[in-house]
Parts: sequence; structure tokens; C-alpha cells
Amino acid sequence: MGKIIKTPLTEDTVKDLKAGESLYITGKIYTARDAAHKRMIDTLNNGGNLPIDIKNQIIYYVGPCPAKPGHVVGSCGPTTSGRMDLYAPMLLKLGLKGMIGKGYRNKDVIDAIIKYHGVYFTTIGGAGALLAGKVKKARIIAYDDLGPEAIHEFVVEDFPVIVTIDMYGNNLYESEREKYRRNL
Amino acid sequence: MKEINAKKISDVVELLSIEANYNLPEDILKKIKSSLKTEKSPIGKEILENIIKNAEMAKEQGVPICQDTGLAVVFVEIGQDVHIVNGSIEDAINEGVRRGYYRGFLRKSVVGDPIMRKNTGDNTPAIIHYSIAEGDKLSITIAPKGAGSENMSTLKMLKPSDGIEGIKRFVIESVEAAGPNACPPLIVGVGIGGNFEYAPLLAKKALLRPVGRKNGDEETSKLEEELLDKINNLGIGPQGLGGTTTALSVNIEKYPTHIACLPVAVNIGCHVTRHANAVL
Repeated sequence: MGKIIKTPLTEDTVKDLKAGESLYITGKIYTARDAAHKRMIDTLNNGGNLPIDIKNQIIYYVGPCPAKPGHVVGSCGPTTSGRMDLYAPMLLKLGLKGMIGKGYRNKDVIDAIIKYHGVYFTTIGGAGALLAGKVKKARIIAYDDLGPEAIHEFVVEDFPVIVTIDMYGNNLYESEREKYRRNL
Repeated sequence: MKEINAKKISDVVELLSIEANYNLPEDILKKIKSSLKTEKSPIGKEILENIIKNAEMAKEQGVPICQDTGLAVVFVEIGQDVHIVNGSIEDAINEGVRRGYYRGFLRKSVVGDPIMRKNTGDNTPAIIHYSIAEGDKLSITIAPKGAGSENMSTLKMLKPSDGIEGIKRFVIESVEAAGPNACPPLIVGVGIGGNFEYAPLLAKKALLRPVGRKNGDEETSKLEEELLDKINNLGIGPQGLGGTTTALSVNIEKYPTHIACLPVAVNIGCHVTRHANAVL
């Protein structure tokens, strides 16, 4: 098993993360996807405060299934990160350190990751049942009215991720693919 | 004339909604397992192993394979000698989806208005495609479709002069643009012909065909193989993190078209391209 990192995610930890590294996260993380991001950014633009302190935190892009009785949470794999690209740079500027999702990020996000020393992790899209097993506690802490899009606090143990874009701008989607591309 | 009670239809749709979301079709699981043997990337192998483990866990525990339990896409084939009694078929299907998504602890992912975006809370309405067949059977297939792959799907009205090379180029470009967002390894549904609304429907139906079953037409089947080979040479790999397993299958469906048209639709299916069927 690879390295385990704990939250809150400090600058020192982020500095040592390299694209391509598989590791495990243990500690508190927050969930947010489309509607929660829109509301957070609208709140900031109107001079309000965020419902959570995001400094040195990780946001996981996910909308979980409802939990079956006896389960902590329902299936909860990552959603496509690109839909949060419009909002992510502002949150990184406010101290957000890590994002977990799947798929491409745009240049604005990559620039903000480099500038504010953040990191983009991916985990396995579609592996909702497997990832739910890594969530030990779950509760809704804001935007309850958004249903599956509410902000949850997850306490995770050995949650598997791959460092996909590090704070030096290394991007696994670019570097790794070339190794396996064959002439068409 | 055979009578079918609308309540029976609700019961069946309820069960199918749950079954489709908990159980990955065997043909897909089998293909992922065989890809594990050929995958060249170590990260890719690890991802495929976890995808297999995830599907097995979902089945064992009776939970959704993927948290995006999708829009409920329902294909209904109604025999012309069937008479539905005690309610409308449309209401019956939506009632089944409502109950299935509630009782199966499936995620409710439908917003009532695409601009106002308020969740309907019960995953209805479903998207229903009806067709009429001979006989007195009613066939219902439910194919929950997640947004990660649906959002990367494409349609292009090609010119007849673009020909087969134009078709290949467009399919490859679509898969390349989808990259990691669509949760590869993919099942690529391609609809060629028909018109503006029909090609995407062909592409969606193509996703229902079991992996490993080729198109009955020899030329089309060759094109499926060629495209699959080209796609797996793109280097995208499992979850787009590099590798040789980008797609599990390319399924093409064709239909006659206008003398001036060559519509091509690419409906991207993720590695959780679910569906379940029942015949009443």
C-alpha cells in the first residue's frame, strides 16, 4: 500500500506530491458538485461567507446515492470535474488545497493550482460501491435543500486517489497517454 | 388481444430499475476481465482490477455500481395485439421508476426544468422510446444513463462526400475529446444514417447490444473492429490515465438516409453501461 496523507492538507504535504503517485487520504473531506459550487460562488460574489472554512481542505466532487439502512453512505464515485472549472480558481485563491474528481481541468484551474499551490487528485469514476467502503462517517453540513448536491462532511480512511495535476503543473493526462499512443 | 395491467408494468419497471443499477451485465464484466490480461499500463491494470472489484461488491451488497444511477431511459416494444388496462402506460412506467429509485436507494438525478434546475426528487420523468411490434408481447428495457458519458456524446451531419473516412475521423475525434471524462473503458455506440433525430437513437440502441456480438452485416462488423483497434491505439486507457484499453466495444447501427445526408451520432457509454430487460 502507498503513502497515506492526512487532512487538513498543508502546504508541506502538497509540495511533496508528484503527478502519477497513487496514495491514500485519511481524515475529513467535503463534498460539493455543480449546484453547491454555484451557490458558494454566488454567496461570495454577494459579499457573504462560505458555509465551510475551506482553508487547507479537500473538496470531493461527488453526489452520493442515499445510504441503505446499515450503510454509512450510498455509492459515491467522482463526478466530472470540468463542470466545476468555472468555480475552482476562486476557491483555490481562498485556500482550498485539494480537489478530487475525474477528467480534464481547464487552463484557468491548472494555472490556479500552480499559483496557489493546490493539487488535483482523481479517483476511479464509476467505482461508487468500492469508494463508499472508504467513507467511515458522513453527514450533511450545508445546503440540505440541494438533495444529492448538498455539502457533506465525509470522514474517510485510506481513500485511494492518484495525483493527476501537481502544483508544478505536471499533468498525468498529458504525460501518461503518450506512452501508450500508437500510430493510427 | 392480450390484456396487460398497468400495475404490472409499474412493478416490472421498479424491479428493472434496481436490477440494472446493481448488476453489471455479464458480457461487459467478462470483457473487462479479459482486457486486464492485455492492458499494458500498470496504472491501467490497477484501475481495471478495481473496476471489477467494484462491480462484484455492488452485486454482493445490493448497492448501485455507480453513484450516477442516471436518467432512466426506457425502451418499450409493444405488440400490436396488446391492450393495456387500468391506467396509462406512461404513468405506469414513471410510477415504476419513482418506486425503484426510492426503494433501491438510487440517486435522484433529474431536474424538472433545464434552466431553473430544481430536482424533481424522484428521478422522474423517464425518457421513454416506444415502438410497435407484431404479436402480443410487451418488452421493456431500462438503460439508466449517467451524465459523465452522455455529456461527451456527439452528433454531426456529415456530407455524403465525407464517406467512410469522414465517419471514422468523427468517431475517433469524439472518443479522443471524451477522454477521461466519460469513464473509460468505453462502449462506443455509433448511429449512422436516418436523420437529425434518428441517428442518436440508433447510437443509443447500439449500446444495448451485448459486447462481443457483432453487427450482422459483414462490412459494418469490419468497421466496428477497425474503429475499436484505432480507439485502443489512442493511448487514453482506463480512466484516461494512459493504457491500451480505451474501449471494450464499438457497436454500430445503420439506417437508410436521404440522398443529401450522412448523419453520424456517437453515444458514449462508460464501463458501467447498464441495462435490464423483461418481457410480459
